[in-house]
Amino acid sequence: MKYVARGLVLAVTGYLSGVALTVIINGNGATDELAVIAGYVLALIGWLAGVGGIEAFGRQWIGKTPKVSESQGWKRYFEFSIDHKVIGIQYGVTLISVLLIGGLSAMIMRIELASPGMGVVDLDDFNKIVSMHGILMVAVAVAGVIGAFGNYVIPIQIGAADMAFPRLNALAYWLLPPVAVGLLGAPFLGAFNAGWTSYAPLSVTNDSGQILFNLAIITFGLVSILGALNILVTVITMRAPGMTWGRLPIFTWAGFATSLLAFTVTQFFAAALVLVTMDRVAGTAFFSPDVGTGLLYEHIFWFYSHPAVYIMVLPGFGVILELVTTFARKPLFAYKAVVAALLSIVGLSVVVWAHHMFTSGMADFLHGPFMILTEAISIPTGIIFLSIIGTLWQGRLWFRTPLIVAFGWLFNFLIGGITGIFLADVATDIHLHDTYFVVAHFHYTIVGGAIFALLAATFYWFPKITGRMYNETAGRIFGIWVTLAFNATFIPLFWAGMNGMNRRVGDYPAAFEGANKFASVSALILGASFLLFVGNLLYSAIRGPKAGPNPWNARTLEWLVESPPSQHNFHSQPRIVGHPYDYGVEGSIHAHFPDEEPHAEEQREEVTV
Amino acid sequence: MTADTMHSEYHQDTAFQPRANRLGLWFFIMSECFLFGAFLSARYFTTGTFRPEELNQKLALAITIVLLASSISAYLAEASMAHNERKRFALWTTVTIGMAGIFLIGVAIELYEATLHYPPGTPYGSAYFMLIGLHAFHVITGMVGLFIVLFLGMRGRFGSDNYWGVEGVVKYWHFVDLAWVLIYPTLYLF
Ligand code: HEM
Ligand SMILES: [Cu+2]
Repeated sequence: MKYVARGLVLAVTGYLSGVALTVIINGNGATDELAVIAGYVLALIGWLAGVGGIEAFGRQWIGKTPKVSESQGWKRYFEFSIDHKVIGIQYGVTLISVLLIGGLSAMIMRIELASPGMGVVDLDDFNKIVSMHGILMVAVAVAGVIGAFGNYVIPIQIGAADMAFPRLNALAYWLLPPVAVGLLGAPFLGAFNAGWTSYAPLSVTNDSGQILFNLAIITFGLVSILGALNILVTVITMRAPGMTWGRLPIFTWAGFATSLLAFTVTQFFAAALVLVTMDRVAGTAFFSPDVGTGLLYEHIFWFYSHPAVYIMVLPGFGVILELVTTFARKPLFAYKAVVAALLSIVGLSVVVWAHHMFTSGMADFLHGPFMILTEAISIPTGIIFLSIIGTLWQGRLWFRTPLIVAFGWLFNFLIGGITGIFLADVATDIHLHDTYFVVAHFHYTIVGGAIFALLAATFYWFPKITGRMYNETAGRIFGIWVTLAFNATFIPLFWAGMNGMNRRVGDYPAAFEGANKFASVSALILGASFLLFVGNLLYSAIRGPKAGPNPWNARTLEWLVESPPSQHNFHSQPRIVGHPYDYGVEGSIHAHFPDEEPHAEEQREEVTV
Repeated sequence: MTADTMHSEYHQDTAFQPRANRLGLWFFIMSECFLFGAFLSARYFTTGTFRPEELNQKLALAITIVLLASSISAYLAEASMAHNERKRFALWTTVTIGMAGIFLIGVAIELYEATLHYPPGTPYGSAYFMLIGLHAFHVITGMVGLFIVLFLGMRGRFGSDNYWGVEGVVKYWHFVDLAWVLIYPTLYLF
């Protein structure tokens, strides 16, 4: 806590001195946007220096040996630890907290929308709450699975002791709290009301809270880019002997594909927001209605934000594939085709962005190609689906909580994908664009595809991370509850959207009241399910029964070491001799530890249930 | 005070670990290419290939030559360190920093003239200020990096078997140059 406190002190000092400096130089008030920018940048530097950057990086720049936190126990989660397992947990806890805050904002919206007319908030506040909800949840979906489990699991799955750049990994994590503070602090400067998409020119002319949004999201981009770069280098350079690309666990492949996207296209979101910021404070006119064009913003923004939906969902694919093969006790169906599908999604997803712009006034001749390319993504996505179904097919399904949530995922994502095709079709999209149909579609894909995967992954790796088992009954009840409540919330919204209810509105015609009431009640039930989720995990992390190293009889490396794994993951170098998912294949072995005593090894091998 | 104890496995990250470091740097540079790509395409999107008559072509050409030359001196600095020649390393690094300084002065003059003829409120002016500004920011960070390796190099931190810091900064410097090779024609020639 000492370092966090030091970071806070330096951050506040930095903020105040940045503001003071700008005020002195250009004589404007303390909430002038330039002052906020200067304050934010210095605060960010102060914070990073304070939480451990001075020891971990600064010392090296002046020629001394760097130092990092070496604490054990609870303390290390509040320090600049470079252990990827600690960092994974830091991401997980931070992002699940953000998920809960974002969930509360959704509850406020649904209460407001339960009946036409304005009740608990006014129209302007409603816009601000929608915007806050959207961006918080997008952040959770982008970084949730890959930040928490990508960090925790990938190095172990490939047989490495840590990430390739452990300090950079820690740095990336510690950039995350400022993102949350920046976004949640924006209401002090009037909040932002331009939606998570922040379309210009509205985002150029609205309240100063938008500046904090821009700064926070640029920082968030940095988190994404640095994290992705680290994963790429780790997977390329640190695989254990024998861990060929053809034996790479599928979750690692998914994380790799995600990182390929994240470390490149994320720059475009940052670029778009830099341009908005320049229009606001430097007098440029990119998006001004007179000499600029809002289309520029949309193109740059969607060049990131369409691939971003795959940044959200590819790690989810990895989780679900990993789960079904374990709980169906069968080899992963069509492993190679899945890898090819993941990589072709990476390629395709950067050439479809304009399907978000069919009604924006861009050139007509672009509609056709973007429609066809978008629909082409269904092919690799379909392959992944087939692999999941093929793996489950005639398997001896073991219905534990992770598999139950995975079934929820399967159903939701199917609906999400199918409704996507209606939106990709120009003719139908012109009717459906900007309606609740889109809202329902992307909740089915993002909540259904990314957040459900985050939940499934949490149950699946919980015993590994904490060493204790969650409560199975509570877990199963939660899995069924969350799936039903989620569907009850969003199915009616397809109907409302098809009949013309606009999205991002605080008020609506009385004809839509039935669907909205139903959705609001279901949303509250959905929200309540998370009490069970959090309660179960918190209680079980402390009181749960010991889980042992391999409660699922799984075969990938993280299950061949103790729970939680020791500081450097392995006591001796693992050697990879076979495919990770050959469940039920006579005599198959994924990995062994030739330098350990023989009996230790035997215990690990009977995993063909 | 826990940070005083060194993490035992720590050297992994700080010691000479060329393969991962190089790969990481290349990925970083690729990522940066996308940032520049976004801004370059914004210029063509909003203004096509329009360019005002008042551009100071001579000065722009001059600073372009200076910047390109600084890539050569940066290379020589790296090569000197690879041969353990500290003095020549210090010399060439200083020359590089000097040329970067000259480049920045030229850029400042250009920006000043720009405010007179094509201010940021015009479409071309917007693109101009954004691209030049982004690039100047990278020049400045590159200079900071050069200063740090110069300082560390003089204190004997690097040698012919361990000069990753120098190599990394110099590679970054080449990238800053390369970015200019795309920005210069985009703003001045097309
Ligand atoms: C077969 C797959 C998919 C197709 C064909 C598809 C198609 C589309 C189209 C055409 C739109 C634009 C609708 C409009 O605004 O009029 C859209 C919106 C959206 N989709 Fe998808 N989609 C697919 C999968 C996904 C996935 C996997 C995700 C996320 C994990 C996703 C997330 C979103 C989001 C967030 C939006 C709305 C963005 C906004 O306007 O705020 N989609 N989708
Ligand atoms: Cu899209």
